[in-house]
Amino acid sequence: MYLGRVIGSVVATIKISHLEGRRLLMVDRLDTDGRVTGAYDIAVDVVQAGPGDTVLVLDEGNGARQILGLDPGAVRAVIVGIVDEVALAADR
Amino acid sequence: MRLARVIGTVVATRRSAGLEGIKLLVVQPLDEDRRPTGRPEVAADATAQAGPGHLVFMVASREGAQALPERFVPVDLAITGLVDDVHIVEAARRGGPTASWRWGH
Repeated sequence: MYLGRVIGSVVATIKISHLEGRRLLMVDRLDTDGRVTGAYDIAVDVVQAGPGDTVLVLDEGNGARQILGLDPGAVRAVIVGIVDEVALAADR
Repeated sequence: MRLARVIGTVVATRRSAGLEGIKLLVVQPLDEDRRPTGRPEVAADATAQAGPGHLVFMVASREGAQALPERFVPVDLAITGLVDDVHIVEAARRGGPTASWRWGH
């Protein structure tokens, strides 16, 4: 899992059945200072996240299939949480 | 999933078992601003409707094979949708973190 920020959304009428009715959001991966890095993923949202939200992203197929109830399921990235606080050690 | 532009097609008459009937396309991966990034790759088209010029998204690794009708196939990248619109919220990208971000614990 990693921390990301929702920076936008993707609309696609033609898509595989596993994605029907799913919200697809653009998530930019964050560094340890909470800044966007430019590394991104298009993720399925299951927690009603919105633009600007700091989110927890699952990036693994078996977990994604489990949480979406799919088998087979061609999904890896799923937004599984909205983050309230990150506390880091001073010495990293 | 990542964005890509379809830039070509691949014809391969002799194929390994499992690859029969799968449409193969050359794709150029794109960054979040839809600029080319990295090297072109070959993707299986799980939508059956993609073609050169299309903006698409694709899923990599084992999940690429799961996008296809037969899941146990030698595929590691598949086109899973044709993009109508990408909406980037600049204020969200440029702003600070919405979560409390604390150091010194």
